Amino acid sequence: MSTFAGTGSLLRLASRRDRLLIPVSVLALVAFAAGSAQATIDLYPSLSSALEIIRPLVANPASVALYGPMTSLTLDSFAVFKSVLLGGVFVCLLAYIVVRRHTRTEEEAGRLELLGAGAIERRSPLTAALLLGTATVVATSALTAASLAAVGLDARGSFAFGVCWLVMGLSWVGITAVAAQLTETTRGTAALSLGALGAAFLLRALGDTAGDDNPVRFLTWLSPLGWGQKVSPYGDNRLWPFWLGLAAFVLLVALAYRLQERRDLGAGLLPSRPGRPRGSMRSVGALTTRLARGTLIGWGVSAVVIGSVVGSIAANLESLNGSDTTLDLLRKLSGAAGAQVELIDVFFTTELHIIALAVAAMGISIVTRLRTEETSLRAEMLLTTTSRLAWAVSHLLVALTSTAVVMALVGLVAGAADSQRTGDVAASVGRLVPAALVTVPAIWVCVAVALLLVGWVPRLTGLSWAALITFLLLSELVPVLGLPDWMMNLSPFGHVPSMPAQEGRVLPLVMLVAVAAAVAAAGLAGLRRRDIHA
Amino acid sequence: MTSAIQVHDLRKTFGRTVALDGLDLEVSAGEIHGFLGPNGAGKSTTIRILLGLLRSDGGTATLLGGDPRREVETLHRRLAYVPGDVALWPNLTGGEVIDLLGKLRGGLDEKRRADMLERFDLDPTKKGRSYSKGNRQKVALVAALSSDVELLILDEPTSGLDPLMEAVFQEAARERRRQGTTILLSSHILSEVESLCDRVSIIREGRNVESGTLEQLRHLSRTTVEGTLERPISADQLHAVPGLADVSVADHHVVCAVETQHLGQLLALLGQHGIKTLTSAPPTLEELFMDQYRARPAAAQGSSAGPSSAAEAATTR
Repeated sequence: MSTFAGTGSLLRLASRRDRLLIPVSVLALVAFAAGSAQATIDLYPSLSSALEIIRPLVANPASVALYGPMTSLTLDSFAVFKSVLLGGVFVCLLAYIVVRRHTRTEEEAGRLELLGAGAIERRSPLTAALLLGTATVVATSALTAASLAAVGLDARGSFAFGVCWLVMGLSWVGITAVAAQLTETTRGTAALSLGALGAAFLLRALGDTAGDDNPVRFLTWLSPLGWGQKVSPYGDNRLWPFWLGLAAFVLLVALAYRLQERRDLGAGLLPSRPGRPRGSMRSVGALTTRLARGTLIGWGVSAVVIGSVVGSIAANLESLNGSDTTLDLLRKLSGAAGAQVELIDVFFTTELHIIALAVAAMGISIVTRLRTEETSLRAEMLLTTTSRLAWAVSHLLVALTSTAVVMALVGLVAGAADSQRTGDVAASVGRLVPAALVTVPAIWVCVAVALLLVGWVPRLTGLSWAALITFLLLSELVPVLGLPDWMMNLSPFGHVPSMPAQEGRVLPLVMLVAVAAAVAAAGLAGLRRRDIHA
Repeated sequence: MTSAIQVHDLRKTFGRTVALDGLDLEVSAGEIHGFLGPNGAGKSTTIRILLGLLRSDGGTATLLGGDPRREVETLHRRLAYVPGDVALWPNLTGGEVIDLLGKLRGGLDEKRRADMLERFDLDPTKKGRSYSKGNRQKVALVAALSSDVELLILDEPTSGLDPLMEAVFQEAARERRRQGTTILLSSHILSEVESLCDRVSIIREGRNVESGTLEQLRHLSRTTVEGTLERPISADQLHAVPGLADVSVADHHVVCAVETQHLGQLLALLGQHGIKTLTSAPPTLEELFMDQYRARPAAAQGSSAGPSSAAEAATTR
């Protein structure tokens, strides 16, 4: 038997299972890049008309932290400014989802065991997952490059854009493959791979925002996202970082195979120790908290890191040349158009809103556990000992409180870090904690929507992620592309007061909380009356 | 005797598939009731309706005198359930799961917990992810058997256990019966059913086929008769006896299976042809179940449709 026997049939099985997920995600990414490029071209017919907007983007650390530096002072570069890095992160996420789904998730569910007994080599499942993940990344990069050229952007630059996404995506195929071998659970794989993605993003954010001769700039080289940026599409159009990405991919894949050789099916390499013979949990709420513990700790640590990064960047912001156009654009981004505001406050408003979207992801992941518990059959035995309502409410409460606590923590740490600049800890914290907390009602709406889906259309629970991504794109694109305001109002985050840039307003918050409460109540009612599926 | 479980005309469909098609089930308090049927007959669906996990589409289900949907809280404290497929949280130990389920059910009997752990030879310090299928079942069994409950609902609880543990389970189940606990036991292991169950219900395609004690069921099944006769008999002559099957006649030698209630009639007919040798074998448990599991609704349901078409009608309506 060849060492890869059965890879072909496994690959067909995996493609069959993902026949919707992969094409839809790939097309969405292509549409995101090409669509926003097209919109930019339509909006700004010439470079001179866009220059007013472009100049501050090049100089502003806040936007550089989020989107990376602009590669050149051209309309083409401006047309992909928002999609290069943000889209690249989504490509990494897609690569992670595909590889994880067909390796650790399958193994944890025991399905690999069923297949493993057939005429299938040990390496074949990993090989099939790697091939599918790589094909997805390559297809996304190639289609996007072609579409950007078709939209009218420079052909060489479009090719470089594809290479940039390829470098980022391939790295996450490899990183996820290794993570799946190291841990025993899907959740552990997620923590390692997504944690690496978060770290890579922060490393390059610190590197990108540092001054030209600052040694911190070196940090970009530690991040595969940074390697992708080095391609500099529509700028220098360098192609050599491709080899860096390919080398990382090959090394990581080889490492994944090596690790797999050394472990048993179902096991990870990180050992599991004997645990407590007696339990101390007395309620379903205690169980829910315990199960969410890893997630909560991880997000708590992330909140501290992100808060301190944001606060530290702010400390350097003062050197920024705050021209009127810069302020104007930043005001637009933060939704505080027209008001007389401090640049630094606009920066905080923008950053806190982006962080709130990420924290909403945590809330959604906690509530959608209800569905995971159900499909994994763990809910079955539990729900014959406790009421469904108590079970669902416990998840809802953990999601609501933890999102609020994490946001408060971000505000607290950012405030403490910002006090380097202001010299007044109490004032900085006193401004940023409320500014962070006003986003919480919008986060709760996202959590409630996830619960609604779990309660009424459990099969479509995944749509809660689609909703969050829609909210993110609305927040990103509406102000910059000059789309109508009502589109922004579709997102709960469009109603959040822009603090600290503006005064807080109570009414929108009350409305958001009321919407969240009504939607969550509807979700609970649906969950109470429906069948619990195996 | 009061009933622990009463199910009448229960119906449930999943999309176009009919899972339960007017099922009746009655379990008396204090008995071990075997719940049998081929795969896909609707056993687990019935159990999940009784546990309030699924809503029925029609009919009534009463559990310990209450409605399983409306009185979820109070009923759940009075019963314990062991699913056929036990899934545990990968990062919780068996001991933690046992204690949690016990707490949620309103308390564990500490002595029994320790006793069960020892008898089932279960290590409570292992994490959920490292237990085998049999050990995951043991976790659920220990949690259920050491709870102070009136009713145990066990869905193929021993499908992953070795024969030694199977014996431990049977012993524990008998102890619980002595203490007055009612047990609904869904099982495919016939020796287990034979040694434990006071009464059994057999269902097929979402309907009740038979219920009663094993003795009563035996009576409904066929006895195999084999004999040598002085004068030859034709198959047509033999078919004068109702409920005859598997007839093979070779000159003086006859082999056939007859429904036990018509055995006397068959013997009388054979007697007219002069019996030289005769053996009669009562149905084994296997034969009994095979017989009941196989589709033969024409006679049972009084319908003229053949077995396979009736089966289709029941599942794809």
